[in-house]
Amino acid sequence: MIRAQVIVRPRKSIFDPQGDAVCRAIQHLGVSAVKQAHVGKCIELELEGDDVAAARAQLETICKDLLSNPVIEDYVLTLQPADKK
Amino acid sequence: MRWAVIQFPGSNCDQDVFHVLKNVLAQEVDYIWHKDSSLNGADAVVVPGGFSYGDYLRCGAIARFSPVMSAVKEAAAQGKTVLGICNGFQILCEAGLLPGVLVRNTSLHFRCETIPVRVEHPGSRFTREYLTGQVLRLPIAHGEGHYVADDATLDSLFQHKQVLFTYSDLQGRTTPEANPNGSQRHIAGITNRAGNVLGLMPHPERASEKILGSDDGLGLFASILLSIKG
Repeated sequence: MIRAQVIVRPRKSIFDPQGDAVCRAIQHLGVSAVKQAHVGKCIELELEGDDVAAARAQLETICKDLLSNPVIEDYVLTLQPADKK
Repeated sequence: MRWAVIQFPGSNCDQDVFHVLKNVLAQEVDYIWHKDSSLNGADAVVVPGGFSYGDYLRCGAIARFSPVMSAVKEAAAQGKTVLGICNGFQILCEAGLLPGVLVRNTSLHFRCETIPVRVEHPGSRFTREYLTGQVLRLPIAHGEGHYVADDATLDSLFQHKQVLFTYSDLQGRTTPEANPNGSQRHIAGITNRAGNVLGLMPHPERASEKILGSDDGLGLFASILLSIKG
């Protein structure tokens, strides 16, 4: 089995209203050192098989086509073999 | 002429569009379920508003892969009229039929109100019933209507007269206060380069009968009819 994690983040060049609201809330709570916040998504996947390279190739396509929108988001895909539960 | 109104799980403006086309404009209309792969020979397709697939992941991101979208893309490639309203606009962007993307309103608020919308170009098949600079009163109802694209795309959209609608005040001025969602350059509705695919956030189908407060949106559907009849 393979476990995959996809972190999707708003591009720095795109204004992120959620990140901005979170940043201001943190500052409002007294932590004024926080100057920026960016809110993204973490998507965890479990795959059958143990061919990490093949899984990576398939998931890169899925990341580009479905899990992120390249116009506004970047993603980081990480995979690791996992033991069956 | 024959119209297709697409229904996804979570569409909620499909019946409003159907009603306006059938009962107000006396058109032939079919509902097309998202799992269908044929548009029943429709001359024009409407991708209606709502929350397709619960807006999971990103608005329109999952609907884009519905079987019916292949037929919609084919119709667009053939030059048929494709109209995406609100969530339909988001789906057309995700599907790559229109450039850019719609993100969370800058205010983070869901905006549900009738607002002024300025017509930029009456030359298109969607706006020929209107005048340049005419200010329409149209309802919006969205949390993700903030249009985003890179500067080159935005320049190109204006250069090629693809921006048909912008947010303005009642006098037609595009002030920051008149922009309900933070859309770049006040964009409310754009077409593809060929001019046969339109996406807009305001709801013309909710402003097509005087009894509902405004019939300013009817001109959009009437324009399409005029363009197809020739």
